[in-house]
Amino acid sequence: MISKRIIPCLDIRNGRVVKGVNFEGVRDVADPVEMAKFYNDAGADELVFYDITASVEGRGLFADLLRDVAAQVFIPLTVGGGINTLDDFDRVLKCGADKVSVNSGAIRDPSLIGRAAKKYGDQCVVLSMDIKRVDGSFHLFAKGGREDTGIDALEWAKRGVESGAGEVVVNSIDTDGVRKGFDLELLDAIAARCKVPIIASGGAGSKEDFARLFEHEGMDAGLAASIFHLKQLLIPDLKRYLRQCGVEVRL
Amino acid sequence: MLAIVDYGVGNLYSLASSLKCIGVEHAVVSDPEALRRADRIILPGVGAFADAARKLSESGMREALLEEARNGKPLLGICLGMQMLFDRSFEYGEHPGLGLISGEVRPLIDDIAPGLKVPHIGWNRLDILRDDPLFKYFENGRHVYYVHSFYAKRCEASVLATSEYSVPVTGVVRSGSVYGTQFHPEKSGEAGLRLLKAFAEMGEGAR
Repeated sequence: MISKRIIPCLDIRNGRVVKGVNFEGVRDVADPVEMAKFYNDAGADELVFYDITASVEGRGLFADLLRDVAAQVFIPLTVGGGINTLDDFDRVLKCGADKVSVNSGAIRDPSLIGRAAKKYGDQCVVLSMDIKRVDGSFHLFAKGGREDTGIDALEWAKRGVESGAGEVVVNSIDTDGVRKGFDLELLDAIAARCKVPIIASGGAGSKEDFARLFEHEGMDAGLAASIFHLKQLLIPDLKRYLRQCGVEVRL
Repeated sequence: MLAIVDYGVGNLYSLASSLKCIGVEHAVVSDPEALRRADRIILPGVGAFADAARKLSESGMREALLEEARNGKPLLGICLGMQMLFDRSFEYGEHPGLGLISGEVRPLIDDIAPGLKVPHIGWNRLDILRDDPLFKYFENGRHVYYVHSFYAKRCEASVLATSEYSVPVTGVVRSGSVYGTQFHPEKSGEAGLRLLKAFAEMGEGAR
């Protein structure tokens, strides 16, 4: 059977990792290549690089670091942040990205998903969504979770998959940073509407949270950032625990 | 020298980097002469079958590739590059392949259990059915990385390894010196590099 994926997410600003704290054996914790190698050796199944730079210079640095990572780390690489056009897809794919994640860019121009899927294939297009409960329903948020679009998130996810998104990343703003587990209610609602792999994000605080996530049908991957960066959870330990729980993982 | 066939399909950066990482001398080639000079050939590919097959023909590489493969030069097709080795594909219509390995390419969705997702994306265990020099450095049961919606069927005679996805998905095939992997060795971590290393040593001493 296909294994469940564990995915660390690295935020990048001006070509450096943001919030890379206290890594034993890693000389430069802000160096994306060092961090990528560390996670690769730890058994990460995929890496997500999120470019939070706004400047043109930052974009250039991001391209350089991506090339460096892709030249040394041979697992799937997903890239997000600032993806608004097909040229942006092209820019990061040429540097060795395997998948490209779109978020605000798809809100601004919903046709982007379909056009990218047609050009690069469904497997290449990841729809990433920041979602929060507002008055009893799930709303899609834009601009890194700062702006309520008023769009029904479940409907948005469904439409995105129909347009050609090959995977969805579901980031719950409500559970993000709380570390009491993934937003299973939201994830179940998405899984009922989308028959593509679902990557859960936001709320992981312990290995048990991952085990509970994978008990739910339709969950393919768990994504987290600080819990891995701060070494509160080590990927090899997490995976051994999941295997003991009967979850298929790559060890 | 190992030649990576460049016919305008997909990005060859990761593949070239992975070969560099394991110290294999290689070149990305787009003309038939360079292909003839190579000791080994890798045929990559992502995207749609019909489009890739057309581009391979238009690039003028198809004939050279067939000739070299028939002469016994080690060839490895990866993902769509593997699918093109077969007689035909039923990806949106029916399209002829290279015919180097007997079999055909069919949609996964027709055969897998309901509820399983397509594309088949992610890490899956590779179960070796028949040992082969390609597995010289590879440990049976390691995970490899797949991304595909179609798979090879009616190719029992050439299947070396499969991965379970409610059906056995053809993972590695071989006919003579022609190999194919449905998964991406260049994205399968250490396990994938080990397969590439073994392929890069194919035919050594034989000529």
